[in-house]
Amino acid sequence: MRPVSCLVLLAWAGAPALGVVVAAQENGTAAAADVRVLQVRDGIYMVAGAGGNVTVQVGGDGILLVDTGRAAMGDQVLAAIRTISNAPIRQIVLTHDHPDSAGGVATLRTAGDAVLGGNFGGRAGAAILAHENAWLRMSAGGLPPAALPTDTYHVRRHDFSFNGEPVEILHQPRAHTDGDSMVLFRRSDVISTGDIFSTTRYPVIDVASGGSINGVIDALNRLLEITIPRTLQEDGTLVIPGDGRLCDEGDVNWYRYMVTVIRDRVQDMATRGMTLEQVKAARPTLEYDGRYGSETGPWTTEMFIEAVYRGVSAPQSR
Amino acid sequence: MERLTCGVIGGLAATLALAVAGPALAQVDLSGTWTNLIHEDGQPYRIGGPNIGDYTGHPLNEAGRARANTWSASRETVPEFQCIPHPATYWQNAGNVRIFPVVDDVTKGVVALHMEIHFFRSARDIWLDGRPRPPADARHTWSGFSTGEWKGNMLTMTTTHLKEGRVSRNGIEHSDRAVLVEHIFRHRDHLTWVSVIQDPVYFEEPVIKTRTYFLNLGLQLAPYPCVAAVEIDRPEGAIPHWLPGQNASLFDWAKRWGVPVEAAMGGARTLLPEFRKEIGRASGQ
Repeated sequence: MRPVSCLVLLAWAGAPALGVVVAAQENGTAAAADVRVLQVRDGIYMVAGAGGNVTVQVGGDGILLVDTGRAAMGDQVLAAIRTISNAPIRQIVLTHDHPDSAGGVATLRTAGDAVLGGNFGGRAGAAILAHENAWLRMSAGGLPPAALPTDTYHVRRHDFSFNGEPVEILHQPRAHTDGDSMVLFRRSDVISTGDIFSTTRYPVIDVASGGSINGVIDALNRLLEITIPRTLQEDGTLVIPGDGRLCDEGDVNWYRYMVTVIRDRVQDMATRGMTLEQVKAARPTLEYDGRYGSETGPWTTEMFIEAVYRGVSAPQSR
Repeated sequence: MERLTCGVIGGLAATLALAVAGPALAQVDLSGTWTNLIHEDGQPYRIGGPNIGDYTGHPLNEAGRARANTWSASRETVPEFQCIPHPATYWQNAGNVRIFPVVDDVTKGVVALHMEIHFFRSARDIWLDGRPRPPADARHTWSGFSTGEWKGNMLTMTTTHLKEGRVSRNGIEHSDRAVLVEHIFRHRDHLTWVSVIQDPVYFEEPVIKTRTYFLNLGLQLAPYPCVAAVEIDRPEGAIPHWLPGQNASLFDWAKRWGVPVEAAMGGARTLLPEFRKEIGRASGQ
């Protein structure tokens, strides 16, 4: 049974097993990755270089993770976590179901141990929480139980306390996918956004999984409502993006501006009856391509423009 | 007598050692409050600000020009834009500056120069102690991370980890990949401050600017608090910007002053003397 499970995990990590092209493309290759640890605040760390950023919260209760990185990077992520603390991994929160964020679940879960009562004996592994929509897609993908969330939520906001800190799980509908969560550490004033926000690329919009450009913009606007700069539009609430460097409200603001400008342009072009090819030829992303664009790889500029075009052309897109 | 001789020799040795060792830490003392001779660049960087569509002197590439062409001044009224200070890349255009050394408590050596400007009281530390730069994953700031190195009497400062920010207040902006290299010279009571912005995302060549400051011992840098507020009701999430080709004011400045539009739009080629001849031939002059 175990070898079969591993094969299924590999299939999920290396191919579009969920029927979601974007998800498989996000997996990419992790062979040359370089996992790094950055302290964000007391008790909060960011592990970068594992495909997607992993947030680590450490305290007396143990370790809480937000996302896990890719499956192939699970051991390296675990080794990086162990440079921070040897405490047990109790809880993993998945911001969504894609392999760059959730691929390492099996490795990290089995290295952990949830807080359980009753007659449970031995190690149960860490508890895993995700939005119900993310769980549904992961379940449909034929993953083994060890790689699936153990708990779900389906409301706009879910919360609990861990390490003496209020933790808010905020569902953001129809953004990167239809099952996105942002995780706010209220005392530490840190928020992990998943792939709603990135400093390395245009927002990835998984239309097949319910994502939309207007949902991404709504999510970025909600993020800006939550973040409060300490002074002069920086510091204060710190933001751990799905991938890329550590940020604050100033960075989110620039990103929101860029995405909104592009959406408005494509919407204007679509309203004037331009076809997708005409919109692409008009280069609505021109001034941002040098910073966020790509002609190759898992998420190209053309794919982004197409996702935006489909989003603004769809009836009742907002 | 013997003790006195030893004392004199010791004192001379110490003086000689200080004379040799001192300049290695700081060739020139930049401490003080300095007034920015902001009139040097005239209207563009005084209170009125630059005109819309005047990119002369800026080696913009196509992307940088496109960004400026669609910028709207109304964007700055959006709450998240209201309290953005001038980034380090814009300091020379932002008024007066105070500079003082940060001294190591134990060694008494100067480990950094602390700088503050008038506008928003933005602050920078220029580290002189050879510390490494933050990792690539670290946060970017408006002031960035700066290191300094003395080369004779010239302080050369290199700044990375910058947020996106303005280069000119008419939409010319740099990306968060910009690197700022500055050189400061002191000539008695004057500073010459040279800044070089390197940003291949929006510029074909480095953007080079200079400014002069004079020592002003009575200068005060007042507090500059800023609290963002909604000042204009807009639909949620709306951000003012011009759609490409729809800014009717874009060429007003060029038309008013008879500046060829190609020159007004900037670019590396337009900065060279040969361009003037080129324009002259095109207009038959």
